[in-house]
Amino acid sequence: MSEKQPGLIESATFSRDVINEIQRAADTGIYDIRGFGAKRKVPHFDDLLFLGASMSRYPLEGYREKCGTDVTLGTRFAKNPIKLDTVVTIAGMSFGALSANAKEALGRGANMAGTSTTTGDGGMTPEERKTSKTLVYQYLPSRYGMNPDDLRKADAIEVVLGQGAKPGGGGMLLGQKITDRVAKMRDLPKGIDQRSACRHPDWTGPDDLAIKIQELREITDWNVPIYVKIGATRTYYDVKLAVKAGADVIVLDGMQGGTAATQDVFIEHVGIPTMAAIPQAVRALQEMDMHRKVQLIVSGGIRSGADVAKCMALGADAVAIGTAALIALGCNHPKWDEEYQKIGSAAGYYDDYHEGKCPAGISTQDPELAARLDPELAGRRLANYLNVLTMEAQTLARACGKSHLHNLEPEDLVALNVEAAAMAGVPLAGTDWIPGRHSY
Amino acid sequence: MTMKFDLKQQTVRELNQALHDLPKDATDEINVDNLMGEHNVAVGLDQPISVNLNGHAGYYCAGMNQKAEVVINGNAGQGVAENMMSGKVHVKGNASQSAGATAHGGLLVIDGDAAARCGISMKGVDIVVKGSVGHMSAFMGQSGCLVVCGDAGEALGDSLYEVHIYVKGRVESLGADCVKKEMRAEHLEELSQLLKEAGCEDDPAEFTRYGSARQLYTFKVDNASAY
Ligand SMILES: Cc1cc2nc3c(=O)[nH]c(=O)nc-3n(C[C@H](O)[C@H](O)[C@H](O)COP(=O)(O)O)c2cc1C
Repeated sequence: MSEKQPGLIESATFSRDVINEIQRAADTGIYDIRGFGAKRKVPHFDDLLFLGASMSRYPLEGYREKCGTDVTLGTRFAKNPIKLDTVVTIAGMSFGALSANAKEALGRGANMAGTSTTTGDGGMTPEERKTSKTLVYQYLPSRYGMNPDDLRKADAIEVVLGQGAKPGGGGMLLGQKITDRVAKMRDLPKGIDQRSACRHPDWTGPDDLAIKIQELREITDWNVPIYVKIGATRTYYDVKLAVKAGADVIVLDGMQGGTAATQDVFIEHVGIPTMAAIPQAVRALQEMDMHRKVQLIVSGGIRSGADVAKCMALGADAVAIGTAALIALGCNHPKWDEEYQKIGSAAGYYDDYHEGKCPAGISTQDPELAARLDPELAGRRLANYLNVLTMEAQTLARACGKSHLHNLEPEDLVALNVEAAAMAGVPLAGTDWIPGRHSY
Repeated sequence: MTMKFDLKQQTVRELNQALHDLPKDATDEINVDNLMGEHNVAVGLDQPISVNLNGHAGYYCAGMNQKAEVVINGNAGQGVAENMMSGKVHVKGNASQSAGATAHGGLLVIDGDAAARCGISMKGVDIVVKGSVGHMSAFMGQSGCLVVCGDAGEALGDSLYEVHIYVKGRVESLGADCVKKEMRAEHLEELSQLLKEAGCEDDPAEFTRYGSARQLYTFKVDNASAY
């Protein structure tokens, strides 16, 4: 790409990226499908800051005074709620989208850090059940691989209504990733594109969902928690309806949330930012007197302990990570740069998860590529990363004088700009002004 | 052994728990009276038992069934035998929407009519409907057979994968990628077998076979509006 010369002015409307996309569309006649999450800049947790303690509050001593990080999920109806050592969990990512080695690495890392992993579209593999100490089983519209034996083996069930990357959309696993094994798990011929429906086949609407949740509870004898996962859009109403339908846990996925394969136009233009969705969910829960009784897991663009702590302060009980977990395993690692270049990408930009050519051996079903990922080593890397997230969140919580991550509160936050202040419902830094809220 | 339940006296929870608690190899006969539209009756069974349900069932009756033989002496609500793996479910009356949805195996027989989306996303189950089926039946059906002795509503077999559909009566319209196909000897044999298992007298030769044209199997630009 040419260096910018003085006098050559790039259009803000028709930027080179936009021009490139128009030309790509004209060349191929097909929309762009890709993995990863939204790439555009939207108001995010970076726009929030913590107010550390000083005179009016006092902090806790780092390393010496306790700051709890554990969480219990599914206390509402389940006989066996899930107890985790850290509030950071691993989001649902399917075998099919990911290699068996990548799934195993996720399980190993999560076990070491004392947290859960989640299956995905395509069902539960025996390996992941064996590896993951705590495994959440997704119940998706496609019902690929869904069966009552696996349902009874799960530690929790997650009814997926939507994903932040594509609220209102189904899935697509392209033929090149459909090996014999993936095809068999999904009861479909090998090598053909697999479309996942966007709506569940046997229920529509919240009243039906209540009966569906009851069915899953009956089959599992009310033992395990039932989560409901929604993509962030009309979050306030969706959370109220999910609670009414009997969810033990709400999983709220914001628009930055990752995906294995979705149209770019969907990823970038549907849904609301994670930060904007949390206060809506929390308000819905509080109005129903269900905050902390129905737990809230938040995902979509979580990268650091600061993001984790900010989710907690806004009222989440736990978070889930997808993209960041894959990066910790080795996705987009500079050591594969040459290989990324060969397939028309570069380390740091790779998002073609759907193509199955991942040089790091993660989003692929090619046995040679998959063998590049050592599940033990990658699992260790994920555990390291999870521990860093937890420790960073603790550092911030202690600075705010909190003896548990769950004691963080909106009052500990301020916003750097008006947008973030309005969305997160916290004051603009240095003022007591929360846009949209009157306080005379 | 014969067990008796009455849903006027006992809850669905008590019934289901008692059935789940039976040993894996139990072959008991269970009689349940007064279904009264209760939802989720006899779901998650996993033993070769026979269950007789008397009355009309609500949603998801016999959902995820394995091995058991369940007879509903009445009508069945939405999603009867959804995601069944094996065994047999027999509805003596009519069935509401999404009968046999996503079911992987076993046999579902409906003596009356089935409403919309019968066999939606089916993954290996065989379904025999002695009456007619509603619109979008076998939508995205992956494998197994759907046999309809009456008529089929609009958009039959839309976005079909590998399900074999046999209809004796009129088909209102076919869905995207579903086409009429030649009835070969192996199909006649498959159909005769299913009709026999379901206790139907119909002549297999009077049925027409429908299946996937397999044009949507790999994404093609020119089909974009069909996805
Ligand atoms: C490779 C990949 C595969 C995914 N597969 C699924 C899936 O099968 N089911 C699902 O509900 N979400 C799926 N997701 C979305 C994640 O569960 C989660 O919502 C999202 O990744 C969270 O956002 P983050 O990636 O920014 O952390 C997938 C995400 C990725 C990156």
